[in-house]
Amino acid sequence: MVKYEDKVVVTLDINGEVHKAAVRPSDVLLDVLRQKLGLTAAKPGCKNGDCGTCTIIIDGLPAKSCLVLAVEAENHKIQTVEGLRGQSPAQRAFVDANAFQCGYCTSGFLMVCEALRQNYPTYPDEQIVEEWLQSNLCRCTSYKEIRNAVRLMYEYKT
Amino acid sequence: MIPFNFTYYRPDSLEEAVRIHSELTSKGLSAVYYSGGSEIITMCRAGSIRPDAVIDIKEIPELKSLAMDESCLRIGSACTLYKIKQSKAYPLLALACGRIADHTNQCRITLGGNICGTIIYKETVPPLLLSDAEVTLLGPEGKRTVPFSDVFDGRIHLLPSELLVSAQIPKWALSAQHFHIKLTAQEKIDYPLVSIAALIKDNFLRIAFSGVCSFPFRSQQIELVLNNKSLSISERAERAASLIPEEYSDRAGSAEYRRFVFKNAIEELLEEWENG
Ligand SMILES: Cc1cc2nc3c(=O)[nH]c(=O)nc-3n(C[C@H](O)[C@H](O)[C@H](O)COP(=O)(O)OP(=O)(O)OC[C@H]3O[C@@H](n4cnc5c(N)ncnc54)[C@H](O)[C@@H]3O)c2cc1C
Ligand code: FES
Ligand code: FES
Repeated sequence: MVKYEDKVVVTLDINGEVHKAAVRPSDVLLDVLRQKLGLTAAKPGCKNGDCGTCTIIIDGLPAKSCLVLAVEAENHKIQTVEGLRGQSPAQRAFVDANAFQCGYCTSGFLMVCEALRQNYPTYPDEQIVEEWLQSNLCRCTSYKEIRNAVRLMYEYKT
Repeated sequence: MIPFNFTYYRPDSLEEAVRIHSELTSKGLSAVYYSGGSEIITMCRAGSIRPDAVIDIKEIPELKSLAMDESCLRIGSACTLYKIKQSKAYPLLALACGRIADHTNQCRITLGGNICGTIIYKETVPPLLLSDAEVTLLGPEGKRTVPFSDVFDGRIHLLPSELLVSAQIPKWALSAQHFHIKLTAQEKIDYPLVSIAALIKDNFLRIAFSGVCSFPFRSQQIELVLNNKSLSISERAERAASLIPEEYSDRAGSAEYRRFVFKNAIEELLEEWENG
């Protein structure tokens, strides 16, 4: 059994690298990524599970990091936009499709798209794309361009 | 940020989870079972709960499993909505899970959290009520398996420190004809204005609801009306709407608007059932 009371050092597997952070059991993963580990790609928005701008990938599926505790993420594989290293199909597609304006929602959308590609190596049903993207909000209304970016992402190999 | 701290436990077994919960409670401390955690984190952040301890149960193998045995489908309470939806093992429940919150949240919200949480909609409940599902509960006094409808009347009644282990769905329900309609005031991913689940058994329409009022329910009275084929579809829908057990209004819709949407959805459902 695991029991954490006060500050504890957790070991997290993020983008294939080992990271250690001193956290309280009640610290939310989003805050730990940003404030303790300097991984600022995941953005705080609503902090309530609604907007999706804090989305990361945990064990191959998208997760809103504002609704995850850092201590629960131990022993799981975490991916953030930093791990895409600027050259992933999703990132290139977003640039080429002009799929952002202010860019605040972009890292969340990128992680949803990356998770989609990992789960569906070939372009899935439109309905699945729609369902996955519905988890994220864009207030600059780039939705049409984002749909185009998903199509483009599937044309880019790696 | 959660503005206070709690102790985090991750027990290896069900028995250990229940033991920790009852020990903490007997010391006067407040403990919560922590499954997907989405509601607990939200409520802690907002200051509406302040637990001394959270007991993370979602790694316990029995709670994560979804499997068939001879007579039923057994779904562990820590199965995520996404897992239940992807398995398609119980198609009506899969449809309901696929419409709760949004896809990303479905990857974390669990069956147990949806049933035992405080958010009023609990949209996994109607498919369980309709299928005569049983639930297994474990508490300090031991394990019990009971019809879900015996412990659920708008909310679940658990004994002190009791944990929902699993839901068992009888086999007939897994292949029964079914209908699912969820209508929201604005976005598809919003809370329901009216959410309807229906399952056909022996040519009889069973029906249960969420969103219509402040708790999910199955109504035998409404079922009798809807199965009365001597009445027209619109007469049946009209009478069913008058049997909604509570007037419920919120920002998404007034009670009157809910009744209107309810009536139209029922007509659509009956039309599809009777005329294909
Ligand atoms: C953005 C968003 C949208 C939502 N939309 C909908 C919707 O459309 N329809 C709908 O029905 N719901 C909706 N919900 C509500 C959601 O289903 C509930 O908040 C649910 O409680 C979350 O499940 P969880 O596993 O994360 O719960 P947790 O936060 O882990 O737990 C919630 C409560 O249940 C208790 N609990 C959990 N598991 C067990 C168990 N096995 N035994 C005993 N007690 C247990 C916990 O102690 C806690 O009190 C939404 C939630 C969010 C965040
Ligand atoms: S900040 Fe996490 S969903 Fe909005
Ligand atoms: S680009 Fe500004 S919120 Fe999406």
